[in-house]
Amino acid sequence: MTVALRTRAASRVGPTAAVVLVGLVPLAFLAVFFGWPVAAIVARGVVADGTLDLSGFTEVLARERTWEVVGRTLAQASAGTALAVLLGMPGAYVLYRCRFPGRGAVRAFVTVPFVLPTVVVGVAFRGLLVEGGWWGFLGLDGTFTAVVAALVFFNYCVVVRTVGALWSRLDPRAEQAARALGASPLRAFWSVTLPSLAPAIASAASIVFLFCATAFGTVLVLGGPGYGTVETEIYQQTVTFLDLRTAAVLSVLQLLVVTGCLLAAAVSRRRRESALRLQSESTVDHRLRRGDLPAVAVTVAVVLGLLVAPLVSLVAGSLRTADGWGWGNYTALSTTGSHDALEATVWEAALNSVRIAVDATLIAVTIGVLICIVCSRRPRRPAARRTLSAFDALFMLPLGVSAVTVGFGFLLTLNRPPLDLRSSVVLIPIAQAVVAIPLVIRTLLPVLRAIDERQREVAGVLGAGPARVFAAVDLPVLGRSLGLAVGFAFAVSLGEFGATSFLSQPDRPTLPVVIVRLIGRPGVDNLGMALAASVVLAATTVVVIGLAERFRIQTAGADL
Amino acid sequence: MTGPQGLGVRDLSVTFGQTQAVDHVSLDVAPGEVVALLGPSGCGKSSLLRAVAGLEPTRAGAVSWDGDDLADVPVHRRGFGLMFQDGQLFAHRDAAGNVEFGLRMAGLAKPERRRRVGELLELVGLDGQGRRSVATMSGGEQQRVALARALAPRPRLLLLDEPLSSLDRALRERLTGDLHRILRRTGTTALYVTHDHDEAFAMAHRVAVMAAGRLLQVAEPRQIWQRPADESVARFLGYRWFVGVRALRAAGADVDAADDATVALRADSLRLSAGGPLKAVVLDASFSRGGTTLRVDVEGLGELEARAFGATELAPDAVVALSLEPEVALLPGAV
Repeated sequence: MTVALRTRAASRVGPTAAVVLVGLVPLAFLAVFFGWPVAAIVARGVVADGTLDLSGFTEVLARERTWEVVGRTLAQASAGTALAVLLGMPGAYVLYRCRFPGRGAVRAFVTVPFVLPTVVVGVAFRGLLVEGGWWGFLGLDGTFTAVVAALVFFNYCVVVRTVGALWSRLDPRAEQAARALGASPLRAFWSVTLPSLAPAIASAASIVFLFCATAFGTVLVLGGPGYGTVETEIYQQTVTFLDLRTAAVLSVLQLLVVTGCLLAAAVSRRRRESALRLQSESTVDHRLRRGDLPAVAVTVAVVLGLLVAPLVSLVAGSLRTADGWGWGNYTALSTTGSHDALEATVWEAALNSVRIAVDATLIAVTIGVLICIVCSRRPRRPAARRTLSAFDALFMLPLGVSAVTVGFGFLLTLNRPPLDLRSSVVLIPIAQAVVAIPLVIRTLLPVLRAIDERQREVAGVLGAGPARVFAAVDLPVLGRSLGLAVGFAFAVSLGEFGATSFLSQPDRPTLPVVIVRLIGRPGVDNLGMALAASVVLAATTVVVIGLAERFRIQTAGADL
Repeated sequence: MTGPQGLGVRDLSVTFGQTQAVDHVSLDVAPGEVVALLGPSGCGKSSLLRAVAGLEPTRAGAVSWDGDDLADVPVHRRGFGLMFQDGQLFAHRDAAGNVEFGLRMAGLAKPERRRRVGELLELVGLDGQGRRSVATMSGGEQQRVALARALAPRPRLLLLDEPLSSLDRALRERLTGDLHRILRRTGTTALYVTHDHDEAFAMAHRVAVMAAGRLLQVAEPRQIWQRPADESVARFLGYRWFVGVRALRAAGADVDAADDATVALRADSLRLSAGGPLKAVVLDASFSRGGTTLRVDVEGLGELEARAFGATELAPDAVVALSLEPEVALLPGAV
């Protein structure tokens, strides 16, 4: 019998090698299609003629226009976030703490704006605010207020769902104890409930701030001619002024903002897992009471005024032609618009969009699944664990990158040798995949991580090798959530505008690109077409997400 | 060395960072033998079990089967069975699908698998329930399925990690009996981890008492019970008072042991009996477990506990006679 004094882990060499191989593919993908473009942007900003040169920064930062743009971006994001939180809190209360008929339908409807393509949201608000629109009398077309309203429209559900999910499971007895001790309802809310909700509010706020600061499609469509944020400015500098250096400097600034938001979100997420007493939802909610009236009033006003109105006005606008009500705008989708605004018909663009979205979804889901497989492993050896957490952090980097940065980075790197993908059909799908991968990861990783490691151990002891353990334990779980991931990826690709706007070619546009082009051309007909195209895009997105949601199976982590 | 020697653990160590979970442990399990690893939570017994299964990297030492070193044999080729406290059934398979899993991995043909699954479900008292979803089963039923699943491929060694701990007391006692019967009938070689000594004594041919990563004593249940190796083993078994043989004799009791030995006592060691040799004053009495537990001041020995049958009405300060159980637990030397 041998007595060996060495670490015994021979049985793990095989699986570890397999995991490393699986990890290499996404690593290589992200290195080429994320790391390299981002590095190129930074290099473009700080390197001139092969030496470190920060004059670009000082020069761009000295410009009044830069500070105007940065200031407007921060103001827009702050205002959007503050309003979304203020309006979203009553919404979270009414939709997650109160019980009333039709609650499920309202919850589902509130989510619709979030999945709508940014361009569509811009168009919907534009249709509402232009002269002749329902709210045209307010004179808000092309103003800061209009942009902020659209951003709140978008992000309202982020606050409602994030805060509501926690609120619905908060143990009501803490608040009841405060009331028994003599606190008024408002006082009890202020001193007991609100602090408990703080982590969820902070988490929602940091995400909303991120979305608001990186909004592109909406701002481009809604903001007037002089209206620029960092995102739109990067686009303008690149496409209109061909000043890549300024664009690069602005991109670096944007990366800093995004990283800050992500860090804040991560910190608050970690705090959310702190020791709160949570209950199952059904035990906590109550029928609507008289005291709920203010919250209900605010929620009804927001849902009708801010969410329903733009959507109804969008549909109504699409059905209005110069000669009254009719399908004229929809039949026009098979043309190139009046005065030949487009180089391809809208339907051709739609078909192109679907083709690209299919490719992008395939890429995003493949890479996303590989990343999730690697990041959900739980090796027992400390060295392997350390390597994995480094991997993990690496893969999370692109989580919050702005689409414009991706597009601009691609323009700087992949449009020229050694990797010239300019005319390749995979360029746009890859860019959209980079944008969609984070969503795929966020959908799948928590599900895979919820698997009890001992399930894999049992399968292993029963004679299953690493591959069969994966097939027996991970694959069934993965399969159940894959539909949702596919749906999200497809919807994101379909509506993607930020990256695509840099890369799309005039004769092969996507649907969002066509919509923006139509909006920018003169003529009532073109606006009508843009509205009709937006309705088509929005409906497709909602149907895709709706189908995907049906694949989501509620599973409790413990008994997966 | 070859031949049927069963499991051999030699000088095994498992560490987590700076913590020595298993500290140079050696243990043998002969074919057909059930050995219980008994110890408080955190004593390293589960780590030892996992190291034997090949799930935990070991720091030093060797695990062998019939004399063959298992260091380079991966988990899935060891031919062992494993059963966890909470079953860890595969939720997306029904009961039969769970039991069948190991048989599929072994490459058995379908008719044979079906026959074996039926056999096992019958063995654990779930015949005809193979198509049930495991999610709809009670905790006890789930553990039965887990046992059937672990036994189906006829493992050379069955590893059980607190298999009954998550069940309520009544169910646990019933399943302890069933599990004992099934292990004996199948002649299964098993390593059984538990913190419950009743379970360990009922189940095992031999019990290994473990604390702080080390084995304190390995012996047959009766031996452990009556000759605990030292005070810490005795305390873990529930002995709470330690009295020298000389002092006991001086108080009037008749003890068959060396003069310098120590007697380990628990409440059940002393009985209320008229004409008993020990004199005591009752301090307190409370009804429990079908009898009465008395707090007594024994003349010459001090405060101890004793038991009486039934609900005995005893006023405080009553003077009573106690007798010592015939075969007391003895520790070598003074404590």
